[in-house]
Amino acid sequence: MAQAITRASTPPPVRSAPRLRLPWPLSIYQTAVGKKWVMGLTGMALLGFILVHMTGNLHLYEGPVEVHEYAETLRNLGTEIVPRTWLLWALRVGLIIAFVLHIHSAYSLSQMSLAADQRYRGGRNYIAASFASRTMRWTGPIIGLYLFYHLADLTWGWFNPDFVRGDPYHNVSESLSSVPVAVLYIVANVALAVHIFHGAWSMFQSLGVNSPRYNHLRRYLAATLAGAILVGNLSFPVFVQAGVIDDGGRSFVEELRRHGAAEEDH
Amino acid sequence: MSAEINLTLKVWRQPGPSAEGSFSTYEAGGISTDASFLEMLDIVNERLIESGEDPIVFESDCREGVCGTCGLMINGRAHGPQKGTATCQLHMRSFSDGDHITIEPWRATSFPVLRDLAVDRRAMDAIVAAGGYISVNTGAAPDANLTPVPKEAADTAFDAAACIGCGACVAACPNSAAQLFAAAKVQHLNLLPQGQPQRWARTEAMVETMEAFFGSCTNHGECEEACPKEIPIDFIAWTNRDYIKAKVKNRKLAD
Amino acid sequence: MPGSLDARIPAGPLAAKWTDHKFSMRLVSPNNKRRFDVIVVGSGLAGASAAASLGELGYRVKVLTYHDSPRRAHSIAAQGGINAAKNYQNDGDSVFRLFYDTIKGGDYRSREANVYRLAEVSADIIDQATAQGVPFAREYGGLLDNRSFGGAQVSRTFYARGQTGQQLLLGAYSALMRQVAAGTVELHTRSEMLELVTHDGRAVGVVTRDLITGEIVPHSAHAVVLATGGYGNVYFLSTNAKMCNVTAAWRAHRKGALFANPCYTQIHPTCIPASDDFQSKLTLMSESLRNDGRIWVPLAPDDGRAPHEIPDDGRDYFLERKYPAFGNLVPRDVASRNAKGVVDEGRGVGPRRNGVYLDFADAMTRDGETLIRAKYGNLFDMYERITGEDPYRVPMRIYPATHYTMGGLWVDYELMSNVPGLFVLGEANFSDHGANRLGASALMQGLADGYFILPYTIGNYLSDFLGDPALATSEPVFAGAEQAVADEVSRWLSIGGTRSVDYYHRELGKLVWDYIGMARNQTGLEKALSEIPALRDEYHRNVRVLGSADTLNQSLEKAGRVADLFELAELMARDALAREESCGGHFREEHQTAEGEARRDDENFAHVAAWEWNGADGPQTRHREELAFENVELTQRSYK
Repeated sequence: MAQAITRASTPPPVRSAPRLRLPWPLSIYQTAVGKKWVMGLTGMALLGFILVHMTGNLHLYEGPVEVHEYAETLRNLGTEIVPRTWLLWALRVGLIIAFVLHIHSAYSLSQMSLAADQRYRGGRNYIAASFASRTMRWTGPIIGLYLFYHLADLTWGWFNPDFVRGDPYHNVSESLSSVPVAVLYIVANVALAVHIFHGAWSMFQSLGVNSPRYNHLRRYLAATLAGAILVGNLSFPVFVQAGVIDDGGRSFVEELRRHGAAEEDH
Repeated sequence: MSAEINLTLKVWRQPGPSAEGSFSTYEAGGISTDASFLEMLDIVNERLIESGEDPIVFESDCREGVCGTCGLMINGRAHGPQKGTATCQLHMRSFSDGDHITIEPWRATSFPVLRDLAVDRRAMDAIVAAGGYISVNTGAAPDANLTPVPKEAADTAFDAAACIGCGACVAACPNSAAQLFAAAKVQHLNLLPQGQPQRWARTEAMVETMEAFFGSCTNHGECEEACPKEIPIDFIAWTNRDYIKAKVKNRKLAD
Repeated sequence: MPGSLDARIPAGPLAAKWTDHKFSMRLVSPNNKRRFDVIVVGSGLAGASAAASLGELGYRVKVLTYHDSPRRAHSIAAQGGINAAKNYQNDGDSVFRLFYDTIKGGDYRSREANVYRLAEVSADIIDQATAQGVPFAREYGGLLDNRSFGGAQVSRTFYARGQTGQQLLLGAYSALMRQVAAGTVELHTRSEMLELVTHDGRAVGVVTRDLITGEIVPHSAHAVVLATGGYGNVYFLSTNAKMCNVTAAWRAHRKGALFANPCYTQIHPTCIPASDDFQSKLTLMSESLRNDGRIWVPLAPDDGRAPHEIPDDGRDYFLERKYPAFGNLVPRDVASRNAKGVVDEGRGVGPRRNGVYLDFADAMTRDGETLIRAKYGNLFDMYERITGEDPYRVPMRIYPATHYTMGGLWVDYELMSNVPGLFVLGEANFSDHGANRLGASALMQGLADGYFILPYTIGNYLSDFLGDPALATSEPVFAGAEQAVADEVSRWLSIGGTRSVDYYHRELGKLVWDYIGMARNQTGLEKALSEIPALRDEYHRNVRVLGSADTLNQSLEKAGRVADLFELAELMARDALAREESCGGHFREEHQTAEGEARRDDENFAHVAAWEWNGADGPQTRHREELAFENVELTQRSYK
C-alpha cells in the first residue's frame, strides 16, 4: 500500500466523531476545545464560589452570632423578589451543574488524551509542566471526594455526634477539633490550592484570554488566588485546634432555638 | 574546545510498525564534541554496519533545523536539552564524558513507530489539508501591494509561520496534544488580512481534525519549551478564542 | 554526428515571445482536463506549485515524494530571498533589467527567451505567494519590503526573515494540500521514483518503491513531471539536505533524456567549514554577512596565533586587496576561488586550516554591537550553536561549499525534455541560470516553472492525446521496469561487501571536490575520469547493504542514489573536460586572464552541452544547443 495522505490512510483517528450530533450550542460541548471552554467557565464559577465561601467563613473569627447572621443573610438573599432560600437554592443548583460539568469535561478530555498518548519507556523530563499542572487529574478527584465528606460532615451531619443543624460555627469547631478531621481538611485544601494554581492560569488559555502585554499577570493572579484561598482555608483548622474558634461545645443556635421554644411555651 | 567523549546510548529498536520494540545499549566511544547529535548517530551506525548489525533508523534531511524531518526524544526531552534547537542542530558539546543518553522515537498514538526512531506524522498533514490554506487559484492573485498588512500583524503571523512541522510539540506534550502545531498553522493565516475570508471555516475544520488524532491541551506549556522555533502558546489561546467564535459565526453563515 | 538541438523557441521579438506563444499553444478544455493523468515527482517549490496549479485546472494529478511530507523538500532551506521585477522601490528595475542581470550573471550561457520569460512572470509569483499568506517582510506602512541581494544594483529581492524558502514552500504546500483535500491531487509520500517508463519513445509513467514496505508500484500517466532538485550531493559535503540526490533525473537520463551542462555547479562562499571527517553536511551562512564582515587570513602560512593576536600588518584582507572596487562583495565564484587560493597556500585558519576569517570587529566598532546583533543575531546564534564559538568575540570562520547545480536535464522552451511527455522543472532542469545562478533566483525559477509555465505548456502536449487512456500498468513496459527495480534492490542486498554506502559516498565526494570543484584543469579531470570509475567498480563489488527489502531500509535507499551519483560524477568530469573555457561556476585553470579571472570562449562554447546516454558500457554523446544572443551584448565580467 502506498503512503497516500487521505483520511483513510492516516493512522486511525483516536477519537471518532460523536454518533449523535447535538443541536447548537450543545454541539460545541462535543468538541475538545468546547469542553475546555466549559471547563474554564465552570472552573471560574467554582473558583468564585470557593473565594466567597472562604471569605464568608472568615466570620468565624467574629463569633457564633455573626456567623449565624451571615448564614441568615445568605438564606434571605433575594427575598424582595422570591421566597426565602429560593435564590440560595438556585445558586446551589448552579454550582452543582457547574461541578458536574467540570468533572464530566475533565473526565472525557482525560479519556481523549489517554487514548492519544503513548508512554515513554525512558520517561519524560519535564521542563515547563509544573507539579500542579501534572497533578490536576489527582487533585481534582481528591477535592471531589473531600467535598462529599465536607457536605456529609458539616451540612448533613453524618459523622459528627454533636452536629447541630444550621449552626456552622458549632459544627466547624466541633468537627475540626478532631485532629484526624483537621488533617484531612488541611490535605484537601492543599490539593485545592494546587488545583487552583494551575486551573486559574489555565483558564485564561482555555478561554482564549490572552494579550501579550498582560500575560505575565495571569501567573501572578493564579498564584495570588491559590495562596489567598490556601491561607484563608487553612487558618480554620489551625485556629480551631489552637482554641481560638471554640464555642465550648454549646451551640448558640441550639440555645437560640431552645430560648425561642421556651418563649413560645409562655 | 573540541574534545572527545565516551557515551553509553540506550536506543529504542523496533523492527517494524507492528513489531515489539525494546532498548538496546551501545557504547559510543571517541565522539568529538564538535559532532552534531545526528553525526554521532552516523558514527554509531557506521560501526554497527562494520560489525554486521542493522544500523539504527532515524530520520533527518536538511540538518540545519528547518525541514522538520528529524526529531528524537533525548533523555526524556523532545529534541534534547538545548532550548530552541532541533535535534540536527544539537551538538555533542551539550553532553559530558561518561553520559548515558536515552533515545526514543516521538510517541503518540497518531505517530505510530515505523522502525526504530522513525515515526509516521501524516496526521499533521491531515490537519493542514483540512483548512491550512488560503483558497487562491494560481493566477487569480491581485497585486501583492494591494492589501497592506500592518507590520505588527505580519510579524506575529510570521512567528506562527516559523513552525517546521517536526512534531516536537506533540512528542513533548503529556497529553499528546497537537495544539501548538495546529494553532501555529491556524494563526499564521488568521492573523493576515488575506486569511480573513476563510478564517472561521478554517479554524473549525482544522481544530476538529486535530481533535480526531491528538489529545486535549491542558496548558502544561511543555510544547513551547520543546519547540525548536520557540513558538509561544499564546497562539493556542487565540485559536481557542477563534474556535468558539467560529462555532457561532459558522452557524450564522450556514443559516 | 550529433546535430544541434532545437529548443523550439518561438519566433518574434523577445518581449512578445511568451505572450504570443501562450496564444498559439493548444488548449485542453476544462471538462477534458479531468481525463488526463499527470505524475509529478517531487514536492518542492517547483513540484508542489505545479501539482497544485494542475489540480486547480482539473487535471488528475499524482504527486510522488520520498519525504514523509511534501513540506520537507529542500526548497525549505533557502534563506535569502526571491527576486521579482516589481520595481516597488522605484529604483529603475524592470523585466528587462532582471532579464539582463540574470543572463549576465549566468555568464551568457543561458537562453535569452527562457530567462526573459522568467523575469516576466517573476512579478506574478510575488502576487500569488502574498495571496497565499506568505509572510514577506513588510515596512511600517504595511507594504512589502525589498533588499538588494547578491550584488544587484536594485532592490528587487523579497524576503521573509532568513526563511524565504520555507515560507514560499509552505505556501505552495498549502495550495497542494488544498488540492489533496479537494481530491484532484493524490499524494504518495515515502515513494521513491526508481524508473521512468517509456513507450513508443514517450514518457508514460514511473515505477516507485514504497520506502516503508518495499513494495514496487507502477504509476501510469499521460505525462510525467520531474521536479526533483539538484545534484549537489555528488560532493558528499554540500549545503544540500542529506537525502537530495540525482536518482529521478538520472533514471530518466538512462531512459534517453539528455543531461545538460552537468559541470555547472555553484559554490557558495560563506559556509561553515567542516570540523572533522564525520561532518555530514555543511551549513550555509547568509551571504548578507559579507556586507559588514571583512574577510582575511594571516599573511604568513601556518601562523599559529589566535586571530586577535595578529596585528593588522600580519593580516591579508585578500579580497579588498585584489578587488578594491567590490572588496568583500565580489560575486560568489570570485570570493570562493580566492578563499580556496589562500587555503591552498597554507594560510587557512581554524583547527583544520580549512577556512578564512569573516571578521565583524571593525563593523562592531563602527556601528556598535547592538546594531550588528539586530542585523545578524540569528545567524550569529546559529554559528555559535554549530561551532561553539562566539562570533561577537572571535571572527567567524567560513569556507566555500557546493550550494546549487545549474546543470540538469535538458528541456526545450516548454520545459519538456527530448523525451516527449517528460517535463522537468526547477533545479532539476538546466534552463535558466546558465553557468552561474544569481542570488535569490532559484526560488523564482522553481515557482515560475511550476505556477506559471508548466500549466500552460503541458496542455500543448496533452491535447494530442485527447481520448486516449493512460497506458495500463499491466502493459509489459511496466512489468519490465518493475523487474528492473526488483533486480536492483536484490543486487544491493546480495553484494555483502565490507564498507558502508556512506563510506563510498564520502570518498566519491572527495574526488569530485578535488577534481571537479571550484577550479578544474585537464590533468585533474583526466584523473577524475580514471579514479571515479575505479572507485565505482569497487563500490559495486564491496558495498555492504544490510537488512531486507521489505522494511524501512535507509542503506538500501542510499545505495541506489550513490550509484547514480557515481555515474553523474563521471559525466561531470567529461563535461568539464570538454568545455575548454571558464564560465560562471566552471573555472578551468587553463582558461584565465592574466589577473586570474575566468576567460570565456564565446566563439566555440556559446552553446549548451547536452549528453545522451549510450548504455552503461560507453561514454555519453555530447550534443549541442547553440545559444543565440540577439538582445544583449556579451561582455567580460570585471570586479576590479
